Amino acid sequence: VTTIPIEALRAKKSNFVRDEHRYHDFQEELAALERSGEIVVQKITGDYVECPTKYGRPKRIQKGHLWHHKSCGQCGHIPGYSTSIFWVMRQLGYDYNDPTDQTSCTAWNYYASATSNAAAQACVAVRNFAAANETGYFPMIHCGTSYGHYKEVRHELIAHPELRADVRKVLGKLGKEIVLPEEIMHYSEWFYAMRHEIAAKQVRDLSNIAVTVHPACHYYKLVEGDAIFDPDVYGGQRTAVVTGLAQALGSEVRDYSTWFDCCGFGFRHILVQRDFTRSFSTLRKIERMKEEADPDVVLTHDTGCVTTLDKSQFAAQAHDRNVGVAVLSEAQFAALAMGAHPYKVVQLHWHSANYKPMLEKMGIDHEQAWAEFQLELKRLERGEKKYLDWDDMD
Amino acid sequence: MGTPSMLPSPTFKRRDVAGYPDVPIEEKQRLFDEVKSDIRYNDYMYGCYECGICVAACPSAKFYDFSPRRIAQAAGREDVELIYQQMQEDIWECSQCFSCLRCPRGNNPGGIITIMREVSLNNGLASAKEALGGYSRIIYKIMSTGTQVSPDMLQRDAFPDWGPETGDVSDNLDLWRRALPSETLHTTSTGWDVAERTLVELYLIWLNTGALDMISEIDRGLHSILQEIMEERLEDEGIEL
Repeated sequence: VTTIPIEALRAKKSNFVRDEHRYHDFQEELAALERSGEIVVQKITGDYVECPTKYGRPKRIQKGHLWHHKSCGQCGHIPGYSTSIFWVMRQLGYDYNDPTDQTSCTAWNYYASATSNAAAQACVAVRNFAAANETGYFPMIHCGTSYGHYKEVRHELIAHPELRADVRKVLGKLGKEIVLPEEIMHYSEWFYAMRHEIAAKQVRDLSNIAVTVHPACHYYKLVEGDAIFDPDVYGGQRTAVVTGLAQALGSEVRDYSTWFDCCGFGFRHILVQRDFTRSFSTLRKIERMKEEADPDVVLTHDTGCVTTLDKSQFAAQAHDRNVGVAVLSEAQFAALAMGAHPYKVVQLHWHSANYKPMLEKMGIDHEQAWAEFQLELKRLERGEKKYLDWDDMD
Repeated sequence: MGTPSMLPSPTFKRRDVAGYPDVPIEEKQRLFDEVKSDIRYNDYMYGCYECGICVAACPSAKFYDFSPRRIAQAAGREDVELIYQQMQEDIWECSQCFSCLRCPRGNNPGGIITIMREVSLNNGLASAKEALGGYSRIIYKIMSTGTQVSPDMLQRDAFPDWGPETGDVSDNLDLWRRALPSETLHTTSTGWDVAERTLVELYLIWLNTGALDMISEIDRGLHSILQEIMEERLEDEGIEL
């Protein structure tokens, strides 16, 4: 009888060896293009944390003075995702720039409808990077798809001089040069790099909170060598962001078998073919997590994943499926750990899946918190203020 | 190579039930040549072991009659008959998650599909028109505002399956947006506040890269509206095209 040598395979995997030559060093190529005057490379300045990537190249994560490249879906439909990122950064004392001189990366459209092309996508990317460079703040990308797509664009610009020529011609009409940052940096990398500083400001005990992690496809499948993998997290076999933070905050990370599966977002499908999205999300992700890990919350780190996993559960409940688990970004989870208000900062009222049992386990009185939020809304309705601001968040 | 269109075939549907027109082999070759000539193609296609790892990883393969392996195989063999069929029947099922990048050969079936979709669009293929039939409003939003999805999209009738919270957002939208502490997020028709000058720059990109013209074959009305909006804005700024 032949059996699969599970122990031998595990032993091999635990012996984590990186092949540094498998992933070519794009920074050498960026530097060469900069020397020849073809592009401008925005450099990392100030304090940074060095993090390990999949094949060993150390990636530097700048700590402060960051330009927030916002996410369409986060800002539009999960605004507590964006405000939690800002709030945590403010609590840690790092300055930032929240620009209006920023467009979407437009990659949701590129992957959904294909009504774009390589040149247009590259122009949109480097226009945003040029805008960041003009401010002196280093770009940090909120969206996993923007992050993944910008890495694709960087590769295409490096590899194809004819594309650079096309992009330069268009950017010239905008009075801009081709700008690429020294590192393309995702916000979840910042949270991973800062996890010990975040944990040092933790005020809520999360040791009784069970977590499952959904790693976002466009974070670590697109241009995989640039994603953070840490030998101390999953033996370096999966990306360490999200999980590393959840562990640093003392929560219990539980595993499940379909961790590699996508969430079911599908880009086009989530908007116009949602039967696929709902089915995949509930049958392959939420039900598997519930059955195998029974988490209090699913943590993930991309716009589409939070939306899909959160919104897909309502219809499945009507069919008595085994669903019903809170879905948050790890930024919102970290903000709650640091004492953020669940409605004023984390904006959980925009979520669909029931998050209240999770709040109760965290020791948060959500009824009182909702009443506090309602009082703030009344102030706006009475015209005492037009908008709430950061001073109202404490 | 390929199957004569009028003969019964275990591989291809009869043309009268396929739902799209047959075209001469030369036209199929031309469409594939357009795919193959894209600068991204050589980074996406190296050759297929037929191991099926991409299929095992693919979410769409679990719910549709869809296979990223067939995409890579057809491209590798340059089977223009099959590639034409895939452009008409298969490519819009892909989730674009890029789980297929697990390919040990370094193929990118999802990337090949991205290019095939663009070529379908540029040539006004029936599948592109059908797949994007309900998508015009989304294309309008991204091209005209520079942001993809907006808070005011969250309406009960648009997302009835997302639960009653969608209606709560819609009912309280203006107030809830004003309660956000970030100054850039007080908007309701865009995800965040995009500067006027930034929008002008985006329009110049759409117009100068041919991206706007890509929709002319699938939705002439939308193309005309967007063109008018962009040209008017540029004219106001004193920019000549």
